[in-house]
Amino acid sequence: MTDNVDRSKRRLLLAATSAAGGVAAAGMATPFVLSFMPSERAKAAGAPVEVDISAIEPGTMKVVEWQGKPVWIVRRTQEMLDLLAKHDGDLTDPAGNIPQQPDYCNNPNRSIKPEIFVVIGICTHLGCSPSYRPEVAPADLGADWGGGWFCPCHGSRFDLSARVYKGSPAPTNLIVPPHQYLSDTTLLIGDDKKMGAA
Amino acid sequence: MKYLKNLLGWVDERFPLIETWEFHLSKYYAPKNFNFWYFFGSLALLVLVIQIVSGIFLTMSYKPDALIAFASVEYIMRDVQSGWLIRYIHSTGASMFFIVVYLHMFRGMIYGSYRKPRELLWIIGVVIYLALMAEAFMGYLLPWGQMSFWGAQVIVNLFSSVPFVGNELSVLIRGDFVISDATLNRFFALHVIAIPLLLAGIVFVHLVALHAVGSNNPDGIEIKKNKDANGIPLDGIPFFPFIVVKDIVAVVLFLIVFCAIVFFAPDMGGYFIEANNFVPANPMQTPAHIAPVWYFTPYYAILRAVPPMFGSQFPGVIAMGVAAIAVVFLPWLDRGPVKSIRYRGPIYKAFMASFVVSFIGLGYLGLMPVTPTYTLISQVLSVVYFAFFILMPWYTKIDKCKPEPDRLTFK
Amino acid sequence: MKLIKKLWVLVLFSTVSAMAFASSEAHLDKAPASLSDQASLQRGAKFFVVNCIACHSAAYMRYNRLADIGMTEAEIKTLLPEGSKLGSTMKAAMDSESAKMAFGAAPPDLSVIARSRGNDWLYTYLRSFYADATRPNGVNNVLFPLVAMPNILGGLQGEQALVVEKHEGGHEVQMLKLTTPGSMTTAEFDATVGDLVNYLDFMGEPAKLVRYKIGYIVLGFLFLLLILTYALKKEFWKDIH
Repeated sequence: MTDNVDRSKRRLLLAATSAAGGVAAAGMATPFVLSFMPSERAKAAGAPVEVDISAIEPGTMKVVEWQGKPVWIVRRTQEMLDLLAKHDGDLTDPAGNIPQQPDYCNNPNRSIKPEIFVVIGICTHLGCSPSYRPEVAPADLGADWGGGWFCPCHGSRFDLSARVYKGSPAPTNLIVPPHQYLSDTTLLIGDDKKMGAA
Repeated sequence: MKYLKNLLGWVDERFPLIETWEFHLSKYYAPKNFNFWYFFGSLALLVLVIQIVSGIFLTMSYKPDALIAFASVEYIMRDVQSGWLIRYIHSTGASMFFIVVYLHMFRGMIYGSYRKPRELLWIIGVVIYLALMAEAFMGYLLPWGQMSFWGAQVIVNLFSSVPFVGNELSVLIRGDFVISDATLNRFFALHVIAIPLLLAGIVFVHLVALHAVGSNNPDGIEIKKNKDANGIPLDGIPFFPFIVVKDIVAVVLFLIVFCAIVFFAPDMGGYFIEANNFVPANPMQTPAHIAPVWYFTPYYAILRAVPPMFGSQFPGVIAMGVAAIAVVFLPWLDRGPVKSIRYRGPIYKAFMASFVVSFIGLGYLGLMPVTPTYTLISQVLSVVYFAFFILMPWYTKIDKCKPEPDRLTFK
Repeated sequence: MKLIKKLWVLVLFSTVSAMAFASSEAHLDKAPASLSDQASLQRGAKFFVVNCIACHSAAYMRYNRLADIGMTEAEIKTLLPEGSKLGSTMKAAMDSESAKMAFGAAPPDLSVIARSRGNDWLYTYLRSFYADATRPNGVNNVLFPLVAMPNILGGLQGEQALVVEKHEGGHEVQMLKLTTPGSMTTAEFDATVGDLVNYLDFMGEPAKLVRYKIGYIVLGFLFLLLILTYALKKEFWKDIH
């Protein structure tokens, strides 16, 4: 090794090349990381779903698939809505303080229109899909039951606004997906661009 | 810095980390007169890594099923984010692998790198080349287009010309009476797991063998003959950092060529990805003109040049096979007193030039449809190809060679 | 020695002459297609959806991919068939079994047709139908003889006849002559087919639109890296004498 070598120039060149090499490595990694994102096919399957709600009878529920998950749409009767206000004390989060719903559904009924209730039918405990039990005080659920969902896996209980009862293994209320009305009888699930301002 | 040093010490007490680093890099002495031809070994290793990484990611979206294989490739090309880029990297990498390996082998031929003491290193290299051909052939079936299907059909049928057991052999390879889902599945398994494992293993052995005997150089003389008082070759320089920084320049140059193809001409005018492979495989209809991918065509031309004998295509198949492995015999065919083309006589140079012409010419003819003129030229070039090997013991011995220098020529 | 040199010249010569005799193919007209012409691509896309999709699928092409050629969501929605979503693929209205019954051959999927046939072939083929009473559809094609596809663009192009002209020296040339004009002039029709082929080219590889853009950035960066690494190599090799 000779002494007339400019060490600082060498260090500078090494740093510059290493930096540029690092950028190159990051650039090369990009397409591979991107390929792990949902594909166009997955996005198409998860695209917003239009649902015709005119045929849902009062008190009954319709299940549609969105992003591979069951979404429940219930047309609640006036009696059901009346009952909802009466058991706040039994619920973990009656006011919806934990944001399990879009802002425009952060109201006592957790819905845009009081009678139409939309919710993702996956239990917040371990991901089972609870069963719809609209009847009041059935033998197996007890006299206090005012209608709602019961999870067969671990026994979580939800009311007809999908709010979880105290003592259930599920920690939070069920999730209300983004949705909006395209007309009085058509609902778009998975897209709330128009509702964003509301 | 101190913690790093402690960690290094901890590891080194349990694993020969510093010893390995010194033996293979910082104290591995390479001849200082490496020229352009000496880049292709490192580049071949680079392409192997590129192929393994891009291949792993393709496997995540590809479906080895005759019904959906073609569709899954288009799924990668359109629906998977950046999938088109990963697929083009892999398809370009396949062809670039052969370009780099052919140049690497040619380097070994002109500088006599196969001569003593590197015969075993050379043989291991030929095994890598054969494994690479198998890897490429099986990978080419996976897109399940017309060229995939009929290319595999033709090559597998070559085995059915083997006397007595031919038909059974080709059925065994296919797992069916035609190229089918069963063939696709086993080729997938071999392409994705078996041969890559084998390749990684023999490439490692190739490097171990190289570092045991040391690198040859464009002068074809041993740097180990002239050592200083410490036993370091006078004409050797540490691989790290000197050869490494030089190879990095070559890597960037290579990536420029590679990316230019990937982004601007991934089909390479139909030579890297053939147009007919965008038609799904159809066992009922052969495309008008089928040719193997370019890197197989020299041997394919030799196959077609040999006429059927005794009602069998087998002699052609034998000729093709011998042509592909002929280089393995070089260490014992070459009787020249010098290794490098720099000190060889005119006869050797003429034979080497005609060999290059025959290889490229056959490669071109293998892509062309059969005509009587082409067949005649193929036959002439096949004779030239084999003459290079068969006559080598004679012409290397009688050639007028120049004296080798004692030390490397280095400006 | 001389013999070897002569042999070498012979080999070289024969190879070069072999390469010169590349086989000649049928004459193809150059397609006026350019992927940078978005208006043409959009006209082609609309024409494709209106005229081709009744029989041909493009099963790997999603409607929402038309955003890549500058179409808005509202514009794409006007092209969607009943019951399809933006992310749906372009499926033929006719199923391939009944199409096979009707035409004798299943209409091929057109997703990657531009990659297997090439733009010029498609452009020439679509303009090369001529009246032929011996065919079940009443038409034949110069480029694709006995093709099963009816000339669905005949209404636009008009009817063509195959005429054979004798030239000096006795060689004959086959030519297509317009006998009954269609609703478009020849120039309009050629431009329309050009738009369609342009779209088919885009559909064959939608990534082509971004591929070039990324390519320039990557190559530019690699040249910068080349300068740096070369300077680094020079610097280190000052130690080698």
